[in-house]
Amino acid sequence: MAAPIDSASDVVASKTSMPSLKSLSAVSPLTLRIIAECPVTKARACDLKLPHSLVNTPVFMPVGTQGTLKGITSDQLENLGCKICLGNTYHLGMRPGPALIEKANGLHGFMNWKRNLLTDSGGFQMVSLVELSEVTEEGVKFKSPYDGSEILLTPEKSIEIQNSLGSDIMMQLDDVVSSTVTGPRVEEAMHRSIRWLDRCIGANQNPEKQNLFAIIQGGLSADLRKTCLDEMTKRDVPGFAIGGLSGGEEKDDFWRMVTLSTDHLPRHKPRYLMGVGYAVDLVVCVALGCDMFDCVYPTRTARFGSALVPWGSLQVKQKQYAKDFQPIDPDCKCPTCKRHSRAYLHALFKNDTAAMHHITIHNLSYQLTLMLSARQSIIDGRFPDFVKNFMRKMFPSSDQYPSWAVDALASVNITLDQH
Amino acid sequence: MKLELSRVVQGGYRLGVLREIGRAATSSLEVPGCLLYTRCGTVPHLTQDTLHTLSPLPSVTQLTLSTVAEHQEVLEEYKDGFKKFAGLHDTVLYCSLHDPLTPRPAGHVTNKTVSVWGSGGRIELTVGRFMALQKALRPDLYQSMADGETWQGDAASRKRLRKSVDRTLAHLDECLLIHQQTAELQGAEVLGVVEGGDSLEERLRSARETAKRPVGGFCLDGFQTGSMDGPLRTQLISAVAGELPEDKPRLLQGVGRPDEVVACVEAGVDLFESFFPFQVTERGCALTFDLDLSLDPERAVLELGEELDETWQPERGRDAELEDGAETMTPFEMDLKDTKYRGDFRPLVEGCGCYCCTNHQRAYLHHLLVTNELLAGVLLMLHNTAQYTAFFRALRAALANDQLELFKTRVLRSKRVVSNHPPPPGTGDESVEAAQRATHEPNSEFK
Repeated sequence: MAAPIDSASDVVASKTSMPSLKSLSAVSPLTLRIIAECPVTKARACDLKLPHSLVNTPVFMPVGTQGTLKGITSDQLENLGCKICLGNTYHLGMRPGPALIEKANGLHGFMNWKRNLLTDSGGFQMVSLVELSEVTEEGVKFKSPYDGSEILLTPEKSIEIQNSLGSDIMMQLDDVVSSTVTGPRVEEAMHRSIRWLDRCIGANQNPEKQNLFAIIQGGLSADLRKTCLDEMTKRDVPGFAIGGLSGGEEKDDFWRMVTLSTDHLPRHKPRYLMGVGYAVDLVVCVALGCDMFDCVYPTRTARFGSALVPWGSLQVKQKQYAKDFQPIDPDCKCPTCKRHSRAYLHALFKNDTAAMHHITIHNLSYQLTLMLSARQSIIDGRFPDFVKNFMRKMFPSSDQYPSWAVDALASVNITLDQH
Repeated sequence: MKLELSRVVQGGYRLGVLREIGRAATSSLEVPGCLLYTRCGTVPHLTQDTLHTLSPLPSVTQLTLSTVAEHQEVLEEYKDGFKKFAGLHDTVLYCSLHDPLTPRPAGHVTNKTVSVWGSGGRIELTVGRFMALQKALRPDLYQSMADGETWQGDAASRKRLRKSVDRTLAHLDECLLIHQQTAELQGAEVLGVVEGGDSLEERLRSARETAKRPVGGFCLDGFQTGSMDGPLRTQLISAVAGELPEDKPRLLQGVGRPDEVVACVEAGVDLFESFFPFQVTERGCALTFDLDLSLDPERAVLELGEELDETWQPERGRDAELEDGAETMTPFEMDLKDTKYRGDFRPLVEGCGCYCCTNHQRAYLHHLLVTNELLAGVLLMLHNTAQYTAFFRALRAALANDQLELFKTRVLRSKRVVSNHPPPPGTGDESVEAAQRATHEPNSEFK
C-alpha cells in the first residue's frame, strides 16, 4: 500500500518502479478498439473489451444501486442486451458489506450477473444523500443512516470495498462538489481529487482484473477543468470519467465543460460522462465525444409510470391512456410493447407492482436501443442525419429545440434544420 | 367441460382430470389442483416473461371482479374480451367475484346487489351489471353472483343465512337467464355458489337447490380461512359434497394453507385458489416443502438437521407490515428476513428448480428484503408459486399411490423452522454486527 503522498509525481514514479511482474505481463483488463469515427462531429463507435464481456459504445449503463435493477431479473437484463450496469459502493458497502459480498464471489456472484459491472466510489452519495458529511484531506466523514455510527470513507477504503466487490470498472474516490457551488472550494476539490486519484491507484489490489477510472473535476471553470485534465491524463489509468456535472448547473455551461474535456482526453481511452441519461443529453454528448453514460432517471421514472418514447415521454397513469389500446411505442420491440397496451398498463398500475416492471423494461430498452442506433449510424457514416432525425422526432417544431443543444451541436458542425 | 375421475372415495377425496375446459375445449386441469391467482390478469409482481420461467403453470387463470370491475367501460370499448386486453395467451380464464385478499366490509349487501372493492372504492353490482361485466370480460368460466357476507362478524342469525341462500339462488337463476341471451358468453360455463354459513340445514338446502340448475360446477363460499374452525368447515363441506353431483368440479374459495387444503381435499374439494403463495411472499417468506416421500425418514431428519433446532410458535409471526388478510407465518415457510440467512449461500430449497433457486441464494434474498428491493417480491413469488404447484402435484401423486397418510405426516409436519432469534453476535465482522444491530428500517432516499 502507498505511503503518505506529498505530491502527485512521487506516486507516478513509484508506480512504474513497482516490481509487479504479474501486472506487466498480464493482458490489460480493458482494451478499446475504435471501430468508426464520425468525420463531422467528435462521435466515435468503439468496442470496449472488459473482463466479463465485450461492450459496444456508445453505451448507456443502467443503475442497479443495491445489487439489483429494481424488479428486473438478471435474465431480463441480459435479454435486453445490457452488457454493463452499475452498483453503488456506498449502498453495498453499508449493506450487506464488502466481506459478505467477497464470500459470495464478488458482486457478480452475489447478484448473479455474468456481464460487466461498474462501481462508483461512494463519493457522490456521500454528498447527495448523507447529512453532516465532512470532507478532509483524509477522506469523507459521515454518520451511517442505519445505526448512526461514524464512518470515514478514504480513497483507500473505497478501493478496498470495490476490490471486494470485484467490479470490472472502479471509480476513484473524488472530492465531489455540487456544480452550483462557486469559489475556492471548487479548486480545492479539484486538486484534492488528483491527490485522491493517486492514492486510489496505489490502493488497487487487482489492477490486472479491475480497471480504475479517474474522474475529471473542476466545476464549471474552464481553467480548473484544464488543469485537472492536464494532471490526470499524466496518470496511466485505463479510462476517464467526466464528473461534477449533471447536477443543477445551466446546460449552457454543462456542454461546454463536456466538450472541453473530450478535447483533452486521450483518444484511445474510453470517456465516461457520469450521471447523464436524458435522451437529448445522451445524443448531444455522443456528438461531443463521450462513450459511456449512466443515470437512474429511466428506471426511476418508470416506477412513476413514465414511459420514454422518441417523442418525449408518456405518463401511462394519466386518464387519457385508460382506453388507449396501442402499445407504448408501436415501433418498439421490447417485451412490454410486444404484448401490452397503454390501457392495460394504465389499469395494472392500480393493482400491482408488475406495472412498474413493464415500464422499467421498456425504458431500459429505449435507452439501450437509442445508443445502439447512434452507434450504427456512426459506423454507417450517417451520424449527423441520425441526430437531426432524433431532434425532429423529439421536438414538434424547431423553435422548441433547446438552445443549448443547438449550440452544442453547432460546435461540432451539426446545424439543426428548421422544421 | 368434463370431469374424469380416476379415483373417488365415498365421502372423501377425488382424483382426476377436468378436461375440455374453456371455449376452445382444449385445456385440462388435474384435480385436486389450484388456479393461477392474478390481480387484473397479472400474477403479483410478475411480468409474462418472468411468469413463464415457471413450468408447468396451472392452466386456469383466476381473475376477480374486485380488480376489474372499475375497468368496465374500458373493456366495453375494447370489445375483445379480457384475455386479449391483458395479453394472456394460452390460458383458460375463470372469473370470481371477490379477491380473496381484499377486505370486504360488512353491511353492503342488499336483496338485489353485492359490492366489490376496487382501487377507487366500493362498486355496487346488480345482476344486470354483473352480467354486463362478464359480457365484456368473456371469461371461459365464471361464478354467478352470490351473497356470501354471512361469514363475517359474529354467528349470523339463521334468518340471515336463509336470506343469503335465497338471494344467491335468485342471482344464479337471473345470471343463467342472461347468460343464455348473451352471444359473447356462449361456450362459457357458470359455477353455482353454495352458501349457508355455518348452518348445516342451510348448507344442504343451498347445495341441493344449486345442483338442480344447469351449472358447470360449484363454488363453495363462506368457508374462508378465519370464518370458522377447521373441523366445522370440513364437516360442512363433506355434507355439502354429499348433495352435489359427482361429475362436476367443486371449487373452494378463500382457503389456501396447505394443511387446510389437504383437509378440504379429504372432504371432497377439487379446486383451490392460489393466493397463499402471494401471502407468503408479502411477508418475506419462502415456502419450503419436503415433498419427496421416498426419502427414508431417518435420513430426512438428519438432512433437516440444524433447521429443526428451534420450535415454531404459531402465535408469533413477524410483525412486518402484513397485507390485509394476510396471516402469520405457517410451519411451511422460512423467514428470509432472519439474520441467520445473511451468509447462507444455499438456494432457498435444494432441488426446487425454479428461477430463484437456480440463480440465487438465500443470502441474496435476505439482502433484497433488508433493503426493501422490488426484486425480492419477484423472486419469492416465482419460488412460492413453484413450490405451491409442486405441493399439489405431490398431493395428487400421493393420492394415486395410496400414500395420503404418509404425505400428511411428512409434508404437513414439515418443520423448516423459523427462528425469531438472531444468531449470537461476535462473528468477527464489523458489518455483520452492524447489520445485526440495525433494525429493518426502510432505506430512505437510495432508490
